[in-house]
Amino acid sequence: MRGMSLIVRNTTRLVAGFIALFGAYIVLYGHVTPGGGFSGGVIVAGGLVLVVLAFGERFCREVIPHEVVRTSDAIGALAFLGVALLGYLGGVFFKNFLPLGQTGALASAGTLILSNLAIGVKISAGLFGVFLALALFRRRGERRLMAPEPPLPDTEAP
Amino acid sequence: MTLAMLPYLLAFLLLVVGLYAIIAKRNVIKVIVGLLIMDYAVNLLLILVGYRSNSGGAPMAPILTPDLAPADIAARAVDPLPQALILTSIVIGLSVTALVVALAIRLYDRYGTFDTGRMRNLRG
Amino acid sequence: MDPVLLLLLVLLGFMIVGSLVAIETRGLLSSVISVGAAGFALSVVFLLLGAPDLAITQVVVEILVLVVLVRVVITRRDETYATSRSTLAVGSVLLVLGILVAVVFLALGASGGAGLQMRPFGDPLLNEAAPASAMAPVGEIADAESDRPETIPQSIGGAYLQEGLKRTHAANYVMGIVLDYRGYDTLGEATVIFVAILGAYAVLRRLGRHSHARDEPDR
Repeated sequence: MRGMSLIVRNTTRLVAGFIALFGAYIVLYGHVTPGGGFSGGVIVAGGLVLVVLAFGERFCREVIPHEVVRTSDAIGALAFLGVALLGYLGGVFFKNFLPLGQTGALASAGTLILSNLAIGVKISAGLFGVFLALALFRRRGERRLMAPEPPLPDTEAP
Repeated sequence: MTLAMLPYLLAFLLLVVGLYAIIAKRNVIKVIVGLLIMDYAVNLLLILVGYRSNSGGAPMAPILTPDLAPADIAARAVDPLPQALILTSIVIGLSVTALVVALAIRLYDRYGTFDTGRMRNLRG
Repeated sequence: MDPVLLLLLVLLGFMIVGSLVAIETRGLLSSVISVGAAGFALSVVFLLLGAPDLAITQVVVEILVLVVLVRVVITRRDETYATSRSTLAVGSVLLVLGILVAVVFLALGASGGAGLQMRPFGDPLLNEAAPASAMAPVGEIADAESDRPETIPQSIGGAYLQEGLKRTHAANYVMGIVLDYRGYDTLGEATVIFVAILGAYAVLRRLGRHSHARDEPDR
């Protein structure tokens, strides 16, 4: 998958940071304003998709390899399960054991912010990984995606 | 049936339009489109059930802003439970759509077409 | 007439017309873009009915679905031949119309006990509340005597609206439900998403012995 033109690449350089920041804001303030882990995770995934589409597959393979994406997906899912199991510290499964704080502040509502973070990481990594797998699927006779490059000199397809 | 039931009728109509697309279309992409339409129809029906009208004004979302009191929210806000259910449903719909698109890509790779009428030779 | 209801009916009509166009049009790219338009109209409906979380989520999900589908459809050439009016198409139209009539009759039917007696739009079960003296307080409804509510809501959504702020201190009631009251459902949903993504990886994987082949032999 090739990248896109110079205008698209420069615009992506300017905009991708803001998209990531906005996604992080939606995830972190999910318990105060509309949003949450799901919306923020999909926004960050959208920003990563923009970077991959603009800069092409080779850039992506060096900077954000597929193995890192799949590992982050699994880490996010296990972190959410970990927050649920930590509820045993409060007595029952999934109990909100952190102090509840003052409504409207960032540090309120106990474990909600941890759950939002875990879900944000999981959704963004999962959806970005699925997009990579869909977009980089090779047709017959070309190199395959999820394996190290075979060291054959005649597989450099244009 | 009064005018107040018309939104539900339109949501059911959208549901059966999606069902028609899944049953009667030969192209795999049209089947995926039908699946998406059914997803929208189900989420739409859930949000319609939970709506509480605010006597002619804009509905009040269940978010506590600094200018509202909690008693206001309890008396006038829209039902938050269907919103919680739909939130998970939307993202699950996206993941299932990704899975079905992966299947469509493999079908095209194997048979060279999206038309299920020409995928009849079961080889291998 | 209620302006929200009027605008809602216009948007629903737009969604139905967009869906019909998406199904019946010949080109796959137009079909995908049409269903994208219906999805954006759904996000405006969510905003209109007081659900800002859902509107944000629906917009960004729709964008991702459109990107994936347009990439799939553009890079693959598919000549679809015109299909004649086969018996399957006509029969399926009659079948779905029959299903629609049956569902409408059962769900929205006469209030004389023939149907489910759905409440009219805009007036949910949330609006009803019973006086608290009619029910004995159960478990943790009230901590102190002054905390006891005068009316007990008749639906669970009403109970979440009334008690949610005291129990979770979350200003966003919907997030309080998703991650605190109904956190177990969210755990199940994270599992479903995980499995669906694993399924997509498994479908798109190529087996080892085909990696060096140039042309696939027909097995």
